[in-house]
Order: sequence, then C-alpha cells, then structure tokens
Amino acid sequence: MKILVCVSKAPDTTSKIAFKDGNTKFEDNGVQWIINPYDEWYSLVRAIELKEKEPATIIHLVTVGTADAEPIIRKALALGGDEAIRVNTDNSDSYYTAAQIAEVAKQGAYDLVFTGKETIDYNGSSVGAMVAELMDIPYISLATKFDVAGTVATVSREIEGGEEVAEVPLPLVVSCQKGVAEQRIPNMRGIMAARTKPLKVVEPATVETLTSVSSYELPPAKAGVKLVAADNVAELVRLLHEEAKAF
Amino acid sequence: MSVLIFVDQSEGHIKKSSFEVLSYGAKLAEQIGATAEAVALGTINDEQLSALGKYGVKKVHHINNEILNHVDAQVYAKAIADTATNTGATVIVISHNQTGKAIAGRVSARLKAGLVAGAIALPETSNGFTVKKTVFSGKAYANITITSPIKIISLNPNSFHVIEGEGIAEVIAVTAAIDTPKVKVTAVNKISGEVPLTEADIVVSGGRGLKGPENWGIILDLAKVLGAATACSRPVGDAHWRPHHEHVGQTGIQIAPNLYIAVGISGAIQHLAGVNRSKVIVVINKDPEAPFFKAADYGIVGDAFDILPQMTAEIKKLKGIA
Ligand SMILES: Cc1cc2nc3c(=O)[nH]c(=O)nc-3n(C[C@H](O)[C@H](O)[C@H](O)COP(=O)(O)OP(=O)(O)OC[C@H]3O[C@@H](n4cnc5c(N)ncnc54)[C@H](O)[C@@H]3O)c2cc1C
Repeated sequence: MKILVCVSKAPDTTSKIAFKDGNTKFEDNGVQWIINPYDEWYSLVRAIELKEKEPATIIHLVTVGTADAEPIIRKALALGGDEAIRVNTDNSDSYYTAAQIAEVAKQGAYDLVFTGKETIDYNGSSVGAMVAELMDIPYISLATKFDVAGTVATVSREIEGGEEVAEVPLPLVVSCQKGVAEQRIPNMRGIMAARTKPLKVVEPATVETLTSVSSYELPPAKAGVKLVAADNVAELVRLLHEEAKAF
Repeated sequence: MSVLIFVDQSEGHIKKSSFEVLSYGAKLAEQIGATAEAVALGTINDEQLSALGKYGVKKVHHINNEILNHVDAQVYAKAIADTATNTGATVIVISHNQTGKAIAGRVSARLKAGLVAGAIALPETSNGFTVKKTVFSGKAYANITITSPIKIISLNPNSFHVIEGEGIAEVIAVTAAIDTPKVKVTAVNKISGEVPLTEADIVVSGGRGLKGPENWGIILDLAKVLGAATACSRPVGDAHWRPHHEHVGQTGIQIAPNLYIAVGISGAIQHLAGVNRSKVIVVINKDPEAPFFKAADYGIVGDAFDILPQMTAEIKKLKGIA
C-alpha cells in the first residue's frame, strides 16, 4: 500500500497575528512555524500506525511550498515516512495547491491520500475535496476513524449531530481529525534518520489560480468585559436578558 | 443570471443552516441583480420546498432520488455542479457545515470555480467579487477576491441572520442520472435528543475547573433551562469527562453561537480559536487573572459551584419555570 500524506506549514498556535505591506501579507517576522497540527497529529500519525501494522506500506509526504518549508517537512520525516516531495511554489490559492497535490498523487499511483481536516491559518477545509475531485475518486471528510483491509477502507466521519460509518474502495482521499490516531512525539532516532531520507523537489504544474487575497484585517477589539459581583448573579442574568438580548 | 443555493437536509428535514444560506443567497442575488434559486437533493416533501420561497428563492430544483438521502461528496458535487451548469448559475452558495466541507471543494474543482470557504459576510461586488472570511482560526479576517467566472461561497454557520418574508417557490422536479456512490454507508450514529453543537444558539461549556465528570450536573442544568448545547475544553474531552464530540477549540469544533458561557475554562488561545466568533461571551472563573476575561463580554469572578446553581435559578424565575 502507498500512502501520500499532505503536510503544510502553519504558524504556531500561540503566534501573534499581525499583517504587513498595507495589510496584504501575514507578518511572519518572529513567527515559529510548525507542521499544521491536523497534518501531524492525525494524518501523518495514522499513516505511521498503518505502516507499523503493515510494514510493506510506503509513506510519502508532499508539501506545496517554497524552500522555507523544508525544516517543517524534515520534522515530519522525523516522525515517520519514507521520503518527501516538495512542489516548489507558493501555496497561495487552495485550488492551485490542490491541483499540484493531485498531480503528484496521480504520478505516484497512491492508494490513499491523507490531508488534515484544515490548515489552522486559512481554515478552508477544502483542499482534500478538491484533490479527490481532480482525481475522480471518493473523499471522506472529517474522518474520526480509519482502517483498511485489503482494498477496502472502513471509516467513520463527522456529520451534523453524529457520525457516519462507511466502507470505501481504494483509492481515496481522507481528511483526518481528532480520533483517527493516537498522539506521539518524534524520538532522537527518528530525527537522525530524517536527515538521510530523500527530499525531492519538483517544479509546479501550470495551473491557474481562482482566488487571491486582497487584504487582511483584525477583528475590532472587544469593548472590555463587564464584571458582575459574585453575590449579584441576578444582575448578570438581567444584563444577558435585557442588554445583550442573549436569550 | 442566477445565484444557486444548496439546501442541506437530514432525514427529509431542511437544516437551520440552509435557512441562513438561503437568506444570504437571496440578499446576494438582489445585490447583483440575479434571481435566487435553490437546489435540493434526496427525499423532501414539496410543501417544505415551496415554503423556501419565504427566504427569497424563486425556484427550487429538486432531484428526488433516494440515493441522495446520504451525503456522498462525489455524487452530490456532480449533481450540484450539473444543476449550476444547467441553470446558468454564476454564484453557488453552500453552508460551511459538515456537509459543505465534504462537497464545496469538489464542486469548486469540478467547475474550476473559485471558492471562499468559511465566508462571514456578503461579498463586496462594486469592483470585482471579494468575500470576507475568517482566517487564523478566528483571530483575523481575509478579504478574498474570486477571479473565476463562476464563484462559490461557503458560509460559516451562524454568521448571517435568517430573513423570513412571504413567498412560495416554484418546485421543479429534475430528473438526472445519479451514479451509484462508491462509498457504502453501513451505520449512522446520531447523538439523539441534543442540539447539534454547531447549530446551537446558546452553548454552556465546562473546563478543568469543574474538577471531575461527576460535577457536570450544574452545567447540564443551566444548559437545560437555556435550551443550550453543552461543550467542553480539550483536557476535559481528553480525560473522557465528556464525549470527544463536545470538545471545542483549535483542534476541536469551531462554533459561533449567540451566547457562549465558559465555566472553569482558563481561556487558552487554542480554546479561544474555537469560540471567539460567539456574539456574547460570558466567563465564570474563580481566578481574576484568567485570560478568558480579556475575550469576554460579561463575567463573574467566583466559584462555579456557587454561581451556576444561582444562574439556573434566576433564569428559571425570569422564564417563569417552576
Ligand atoms: C496545539 C494545541 C492545540 C490545542 N487545542 C485545544 C482546543 O481545541 N481546545 C481547548 O480547549 N484546548 C486546546 N489546547 C489546550 C489549551 O492550551 C489549554 O491547555 C486548555 O484549553 C485548558 O483547558 P481548561 O481551560 O479547561 O483547563 P485549565 O487551563 O486548567 O483551566 C481551568 C480553569 O478553571 C478555573 N477554576 C478552577 N476551579 C474553579 C471553580 N471552582 N470555579 C470557577 N473556575 C474554576 C481556573 O481558575 C482555571 O482558569 C490546545 C493546545 C495545543 C498546544
């Protein structure tokens, strides 16, 4: 079995969010980059777990990004995976990114393509669906469980107010979230081994973009909290009812 | 020229998030001088569909095929994309709920139509087509310009108010070839009797400050009088004090209710990322330095075990519940 795990770099969850160049670009000065948590914790770790059960499994990682994404992909290789592919271009638009991943996925004849449920910076939750459509194969969104036996996967996915269990023939694309895998941390041996694993750089396919960021803005600051004394709970309830009209 | 709105249903009932996207799509159609039309898939009765006219849609294209009673991303995307093509739609509106996350990207790739996923406001159309969406898990907004001829917007739940007027929509029965889904659904496990978290108007949420699962009664009581859904912070889900699906935040569910009441939750940045789009935030925490107070609208510094039963009692009084 061959698995392609999509890995994206993302600003650390505690990063200060600010913008530059007339609010058209993310201010990345001083920002710590991490592997997008959904990619790391769920899709990559699940792929590694599947390989532990079935050692013949091959795991490739793919990232769409410029050279500054390399530390992140090395870190991902330290967790697991046999080799990585970097598509050397900016990942500005989700369709453009998805089309690059689909290109890599088609050429590698993978049985499974894993993505995280979303990136924590763009929050689009759309790349996996696009890759699946471009490859004309099934897509399981928001997976909370994933297993495979032979050529059929058994999955659970989040639906509104519950979950759906299904069987799906390979190949398919899965977006992974909490529940899919156990958590783990890279060990020293993994970090050493990652240095020698192949990292292939490929040039992007010619694809048009469909969207572009015009500007960013920060939400207006909260007016500040109105504190009510602990012995005056009735006043809080009155404020919520009459002033905030919250119920 | 038309705006095509996808109507999401479950077991024949149209979801609340659909009323939001219908209202949004109808307003958008008015803004750009187009007609608002809807597409509905699977078994839904005609009365429900024609009643969608009150949200401003003129026509509802209905593919009444029971294969479509389960959401299959591949089959749905084709049905929606084909309907868009056949009706000459230039904008497609979908909710950014679980169904939307399964299908919007597919429809986008199929039609090569730019997608803004997680929009929170009507587009700016005076010069181009620019849509505001949340980014960085609610910590900022981006204005995204769609440059393709067909545009797709998936709207964050609870970010546009439902507008109800008068009107009856024409229901058009569409016969379309529907592929057999490759995904075979073997079970659907609904969390019965509860308000789905993402659709809830009010959410009462508990953190590690509640000390243990045996203390959740005060949260459930307050939720009950408010008709609220319940949620929790990540350590609470991880410790199995509450089911995983209640975990909100960066790595859990993102919600935007009208009222979010956080009890015994410190307000870590990763928690805030899931709840900072709530309209009104109330924090009950015994530590005056808890970071959550900075993101709150109202708060009480005090012991949850004291405050919550009083809140429940006061609300009962106000609502006239014995
Ligand atoms: C990458 C990453 C992702 C994460 N994702 C999430 C996420 O999605 N969601 C999430 O919630 N967390 C997430 N976390 C964890 C987050 O950083 C916090 O650790 C977590 O939110 C803390 O949970 P808590 O507020 O319940 O507990 P604590 O931080 O322990 O806070 C408990 C609070 O209860 C108060 N308290 C105690 N007793 C009482 C009482 N009797 N009455 C009133 N108040 C009382 C205390 O003053 C304290 O403020 C993530 C962390 C990382 C690193």
